[in-house]
Amino acid sequence: MPLGYLLRRLAVFLLIVWVAATVNFFIPRLSGADPVRERLLQMAAVGGTGTGTVEEVIKSYQAKFGLDKPLWQQYLFYLWDMARFDFGVSITRFPNSVSGMILDALPWTLVLVTIATLMAFAIGSLFGALVAWPRAPRFIHALAPPLLTLSAIPYYLLGLILVYFLAFTWRLFPLGGGYKVGSEPSWSWSFIQDAAYHSILPALSIILSGIGFWALSMRGMMITTQGEDYVTFAEAKGLRPRRIFLRYALRNAILPQTTALALALGHVVSGAVLVEIVFGYPGVGNLLYQAIRTFDYPIIYGVTFMVIVAIGLATLILDLLLPVLDPRITYQRS
Amino acid sequence: MIAMPARLERTQDRMGQVLRGLRTYPMLTAGLLLLLLVLLISLIGPLFVPREGVQVGSAPPDQRPSREYLLGTDTVGRQILAIIIYGTPLTLQIGLIAGAIGLGVGMVFGFVAGYYGGALDHLFRGAADVFLTVPGLLILVVIATTFKGAVSVMTQALVVSALAWMYPTRTIRSQVLSMRERGYVQLAKLSGMSGPEIIVRELMPNLLPYLAASFVSAVSAAILASIGLEALGLGPQNEPTLGMTIYWSLYYTSVLRNLWWWWAPPIVMIVIIFVGLFLISAGLDQVANPRLRRAA
Amino acid sequence: MSDTSLRMGQTRPEPAARPWEGAEIVLGVRDLRVSYYTPRGPVRAVNGVSFTLRRGEAFGLVGESGSGKSTIALSLLQLIKPPGRIEGGQALLDGKDILSLSEEEMRRLRLAEIALITQGAMNSLNPVMRIRDQIIDAWRDHGEPVNCREAEDRIRDLLRWVGLRPEVARMYPHELSGGMKQRAVIAIAISMRPKVIIADEPTSALDVVVQRQIMQTLRRIQRELGAAVILIGHDMGLMAQFVDRLGVMYAGKVVEVSPVRDIFKDPLHPYTQLLIASLPSLARKGQLQGIPGLPPSLLSPPPGCPFHPRCPFVMDRCRVAVPLLELKRPNRLVACHLYERDEEQA
Ligand SMILES: Nc1ncnc2c1ncn2[C@@H]1O[C@H](COP(=O)(O)OP(=O)(O)O)[C@@H](O)[C@H]1O
Ligand code: SF4
Ligand SMILES: [Mg+2]
Repeated sequence: MPLGYLLRRLAVFLLIVWVAATVNFFIPRLSGADPVRERLLQMAAVGGTGTGTVEEVIKSYQAKFGLDKPLWQQYLFYLWDMARFDFGVSITRFPNSVSGMILDALPWTLVLVTIATLMAFAIGSLFGALVAWPRAPRFIHALAPPLLTLSAIPYYLLGLILVYFLAFTWRLFPLGGGYKVGSEPSWSWSFIQDAAYHSILPALSIILSGIGFWALSMRGMMITTQGEDYVTFAEAKGLRPRRIFLRYALRNAILPQTTALALALGHVVSGAVLVEIVFGYPGVGNLLYQAIRTFDYPIIYGVTFMVIVAIGLATLILDLLLPVLDPRITYQRS
Repeated sequence: MIAMPARLERTQDRMGQVLRGLRTYPMLTAGLLLLLLVLLISLIGPLFVPREGVQVGSAPPDQRPSREYLLGTDTVGRQILAIIIYGTPLTLQIGLIAGAIGLGVGMVFGFVAGYYGGALDHLFRGAADVFLTVPGLLILVVIATTFKGAVSVMTQALVVSALAWMYPTRTIRSQVLSMRERGYVQLAKLSGMSGPEIIVRELMPNLLPYLAASFVSAVSAAILASIGLEALGLGPQNEPTLGMTIYWSLYYTSVLRNLWWWWAPPIVMIVIIFVGLFLISAGLDQVANPRLRRAA
Repeated sequence: MSDTSLRMGQTRPEPAARPWEGAEIVLGVRDLRVSYYTPRGPVRAVNGVSFTLRRGEAFGLVGESGSGKSTIALSLLQLIKPPGRIEGGQALLDGKDILSLSEEEMRRLRLAEIALITQGAMNSLNPVMRIRDQIIDAWRDHGEPVNCREAEDRIRDLLRWVGLRPEVARMYPHELSGGMKQRAVIAIAISMRPKVIIADEPTSALDVVVQRQIMQTLRRIQRELGAAVILIGHDMGLMAQFVDRLGVMYAGKVVEVSPVRDIFKDPLHPYTQLLIASLPSLARKGQLQGIPGLPPSLLSPPPGCPFHPRCPFVMDRCRVAVPLLELKRPNRLVACHLYERDEEQA
């Protein structure tokens, strides 16, 4: 893989991370007030957690962000903190560090979202390709309308429906959570089994709703690809229909589909965050939800930043995968 | 071949297409009918259901659907039917305002990037791509939690519109790019039309189906984003929008308490709206891109 | 001086012998009809076309864009897709009607007996496969051995035959120039030594010099292979140089079939006359342009002779009676009321 391509992709990744950090820095300051400070003072006034603690937080907060310094210096400090994944401490659960809390929650989200998204992408793409293929079996076409309707339901609302029927009414699955109440996360086989069992419904809501989306976009790509000259020539070569489908049409249609996956990741993660809330799943979505309810700003900003970094990384991986799938890419850039 | 009356002919052609379209494009028609249904509910409903029903305590709590409370009531004594009738138009309103802003910004960016190219193109396309990569909901959460306070339907629409411009920018840019080299644009250039003039008089009319499709998907994305924000509790707290209804039903654990009449109606409305918008935008795509017409 | 007029001046030197004359017929197309069922009504893209192809012959098919040339090519391999449909007619390959073959029988016949170089040559190769694999693919589905030394040797010979270096086998299409791509496509087309090669505008996207080289390669291979070629195009200059007989298409019909030498010397059909007359002066590259009037709508073709709205010699009966493609002079078929049947030959 040529160095130029690699560097360019890395630059895009850094750009995304930088935008994330900058948005997090400037939006609070655009509001004129300092929401974190206000929140702290508000808590001090209520005195819920004990005044001593709140004062400690304020002190650490001011020292940390150098609020007496000029804005550009604060900004640089901030970027430096972000680069080290140092998001400060939680306001409501002082003195827990935000990065520690995120680190506990992130693996849950990563595993759930990665597996569910890849499955939705694979099943949906194959399905969409078949729908666009004139020789596909009839039942494929019969399946299309219900799946497309499912894709119109946001993940988390589909989750709500699944919980009601599969967990609440028929009791096939747990109502929520990431593992049995009372058990401690560990790497034991029984715990992993239990966690997998708990993740089926959240995953299912992402997959079911995602299949229709990916099928639809793949169908469009396949229709375009099937009109390409190389498919007509492949037919003129007397190839078997299956080979034309797999090696000529699908193989080429999957390229723009992969780019579409990279672009849709943000959307997918937004949906997954809400799924976690519906299921009380112990990932970053839930962490964010708790933080929103208590206006625990460091957590809100930290989660936002980390999720964007994760998505940037995923995009980078896809970008590096693409030249393997498409020999033209590196050629154009070199 | 014949360049002169082409634009007039094209416009007339479009009009004819629209009329024929309703028969030729069943997806478009079905989508319009679904949205019409939603609009009818919001228009005719108020004639039968008084607005008081959305007030907290206007009815006894947790009532199943009955003759008196057709869709039942929630835990704080609001009537679900009234919530649906008065809340649905609010959600649509948020979507339409944000979608219009998104399309407007996207048009400016897309036309400029596609038509002038060069550094401007890099800037706008780059910005659109970066902001598409970022999970919109989280940015909106940051905005909404920072500017907390009494959120109105209008402010909610403005917040959501902050991230509604990227898709329109992208689609319009790529369409303009492909049109820029066509004969009639070249002809207009040679005859001395200015850039903005060409954009408005030559490109826009030809992009109408794409613009319409862009608008519909921007509206759909904005509604999705606003419902998502509201489900997190970040919305107009005192308005019965569909998203806030979802939020309250989650807040009061309506699923576990078997209050299905609370969460099911807003979901049904949301699904109807999304399916309708989706069918309209897919239908418009077919109008714009005849190749998709077969194998519907 | 445009190179067209140069080429026009030196229309093929009189061949010493015309090998196709009297040679047996490999392909006989009879009354072929193909329509596309569009939302606005059926388009009669090919409307009763007949012609014959003799062993070793190069037969040209010219006509404006949209006159149905590609549709003929595709229908001969049963590659017409919905909304298109082959409505009737026969195509006899060595006496056997290939239009009535089953799908699987037809698939086996493609490439092995009739090879089609499809229109749009610049994009005819799969962008994500090496040239070698695109050849191998075809062999594999025709039951030829592919996993042996011999196959590699065959690929090398094949590429050399069309004038490509052996390294090309391992390259992707985007690493080749336009001319090289077209040579690779030709290599695939001849890789199973077909009896008939149909080349649909094989050089339209290439510049003039490369065009000539490609055509010469195609011509040489045709001779060495002994195959018959149908060359589709709208470049009269190219036709003049490379084909033996020429069929002129107009609105889904063949309006004239004559030896190429005769057609340039003495075009019979008024449309052919206009084509030839418009050549050196108006069209720089010898392409068909500049005939007054619009091509007819295939949705609602005019009654009688399809050319009558644009014909300078139009008569009353032209507006009502469809002229049939008949032998009007020795060796010359014309569909026009201006000429009497050549009774002597008929
Ligand atoms: N897939 C299709 N659907 C509808 N009409 C078609 C289709 N393909 C070709 N046609 C019509 O059939 C006619 C002949 O087309 P074609 O055979 O491609 O002509 P040529 O190769 O001579 O340019 C044209 O009028 C064209 O519009
Ligand atoms: S038949 Fe009549 S209209 Fe047709 S070409 Fe001959 S003279 Fe012209
Ligand atoms: Mg053609």
